[in-house]
Amino acid sequence: MTDRTDTMSRQKFMQELWRLKRGSVTRRHFLGVTGLGTATAVLAAAMPGLAPRRARAQGGIGNRVVLATWPNYHDPANFDAFTEATGAFVDVNVFGSNEEMLAKLQAGGSGWDVFVPTNYTITTYVSEGLIEPLDLSRLPNYDPAAFDPRFAGPGTVDGRIYAVPKNWGTTGFAINTSKLGGLAMPTSWKEFWDITRAEFSGRTMVHDYQLTTIGNALKYFGYSFNSVDPAELADAERLLIDCKPHLFAINSDYQPSMRSGDAWLTICWTGDGKQMNRDMPEIAYVLGREGGELWSDFYAIPKGAPHADAAYALIDFLLEPEVNARESLFHGYPVADSRVNALLPPEVLNDPILYPAAELLDALEFGAAVTLTDPNRAELMARFKSA
Amino acid sequence: MRQGPSAWLLLVPAGAWLLGMLVLPLVVVVVFSFGERGAAGGYVPAFTFANYLNLGARWAAFRNTLTLAPLGTLACLIIAYPLAYFLALRAPARWRTLLLILVIVPFWTSILIRTYAWIFLLGGQGIPALLEALGLGAPRLINTPFAVLVGIVYGYLPLMVFPIYVSLERLDRRLLEASADLGSPPWRAFLQVTLPLSLPGVATGCMLVFILLMGEFLIPAMLGGGKVFFVGNALVDLFLQSRNWPFGAAVAAALVLVMLVTVTLYMRLVRRWAGGRDDVSLM
Repeated sequence: MTDRTDTMSRQKFMQELWRLKRGSVTRRHFLGVTGLGTATAVLAAAMPGLAPRRARAQGGIGNRVVLATWPNYHDPANFDAFTEATGAFVDVNVFGSNEEMLAKLQAGGSGWDVFVPTNYTITTYVSEGLIEPLDLSRLPNYDPAAFDPRFAGPGTVDGRIYAVPKNWGTTGFAINTSKLGGLAMPTSWKEFWDITRAEFSGRTMVHDYQLTTIGNALKYFGYSFNSVDPAELADAERLLIDCKPHLFAINSDYQPSMRSGDAWLTICWTGDGKQMNRDMPEIAYVLGREGGELWSDFYAIPKGAPHADAAYALIDFLLEPEVNARESLFHGYPVADSRVNALLPPEVLNDPILYPAAELLDALEFGAAVTLTDPNRAELMARFKSA
Repeated sequence: MRQGPSAWLLLVPAGAWLLGMLVLPLVVVVVFSFGERGAAGGYVPAFTFANYLNLGARWAAFRNTLTLAPLGTLACLIIAYPLAYFLALRAPARWRTLLLILVIVPFWTSILIRTYAWIFLLGGQGIPALLEALGLGAPRLINTPFAVLVGIVYGYLPLMVFPIYVSLERLDRRLLEASADLGSPPWRAFLQVTLPLSLPGVATGCMLVFILLMGEFLIPAMLGGGKVFFVGNALVDLFLQSRNWPFGAAVAAALVLVMLVTVTLYMRLVRRWAGGRDDVSLM
């Protein structure tokens, strides 16, 4: 986790409180520096009566918008700016897998206005009738011509646009190179699983997510990341169960353990790799030579979203190139929008973590829709976790 | 004594609550358990026993639960009994209330946050680092069944302490004096008087902890690193990941059944230990 929230000491808090009482600072300053402003915003989301009235003047999109997204995936300052501009507070729900998001929408009554599905899930959401085509006239900041079609394409199903691109990225692994101890730097999924059972025993983490954990076990044998072939899945299962006693944990929230030094190696997404590498240069991000996952995340609006106006306003706000560039600089995931890239500094655009070399990128596969619904992959994951 | 119709009115609030929140959902679970999974997950009406026949696929989860739940209950009992004994019979009277409050204090913070704190305590920079500094080696603690057991005992201890404390606190001290007068050494007075009389508390505490542990999923998920898999974790995955509601419903129904059987056996066992005394009320 990149925790940018500045915490303040008790002394500092009391100092600020006294400054407020003496009248030397305004209430607004006090709320801002102590973080109580944010706390009030959170409270206000639960109690709309507390929300500022300024919103109404802006054309009335309501005072709240509910966003279901992924961990470490937004700059909170952008949400504050959105609230400042529109009066609508962004209520963020964080999820760990696409399966979990789909389960929540299938169960009904999610209350979400905007969510962030990954490329391979969108056809399922459409066929299940869980999302609606977007009204692009309400997203003036979305410019289809500016987006790389490779990453924007999956948002279009049967010629209709259901989702607009957020970020894209890769799934590789992060390794704490200071623990290699003379070992050659691993560059493949074969080495990933092999050192897990040897030198790195007890130090490896894998996602609690069937797509990436099974997918990258399949890559050990050179199979497709998306395979649902029973024989190939059986090989992957044998490997996973063989590795299980050597794992540190099965958890998609790997940053805390990697940062504390408890874990040395983990399956990892681009932005997490970038965030860890930024703070701890000894943590490197590697794409397996055999391939692995290339993905693209989208913004979509669930059918029956309670605050649809606010949903469009939020997506449009986040697609504004300046805002989107700030998001990218914060979380370290690349954007497929050429207008945004024009605003990013060259060292970001040349960063090999965000923009891997072409030959590494070419080996990657987009996740396939079938993996989301294939019962065998789900059962394999359950057997692996309970073994 | 005959009850007038007004007496039954007392049951209406609880009855309505149980009907709406327990009985009806259970009916839904049973109905779903005979259904089929939809192509993209969820539930499709059907009548099949396939989900029950497939229960073997979650045998490992049942095995883990049925191992760690009794073990956790036993560990809680071993730690809670001396504590309750001290609080009820040995602690100075003027400290007693304060000490009891100290037992409850952890409940003031959410179990999620306290369990998160254990992640750091048991993690490499916590207790293992301390042990290493003391020259005692650096054992792996976090993400092991041991860590799960620590979390269980920590989380459930007060539930065991209180029933035992109450039964010990009610103990008629004159019985202990009589036992001493008749020549019993203290250990014998404990075994023959104190322990049997505190059994109702022990039985209640064990029952409370055991039943709650059977449905536990948070502690194994957080302190077991996703590697220690309880039935509760299997259920979370079936509903929230693979979206196999019918199979999830069958696993839930099986868990309810396993609980009914174990709890019934347990109650019989306790009655027998208590020598057929009927004052051993369990709740």
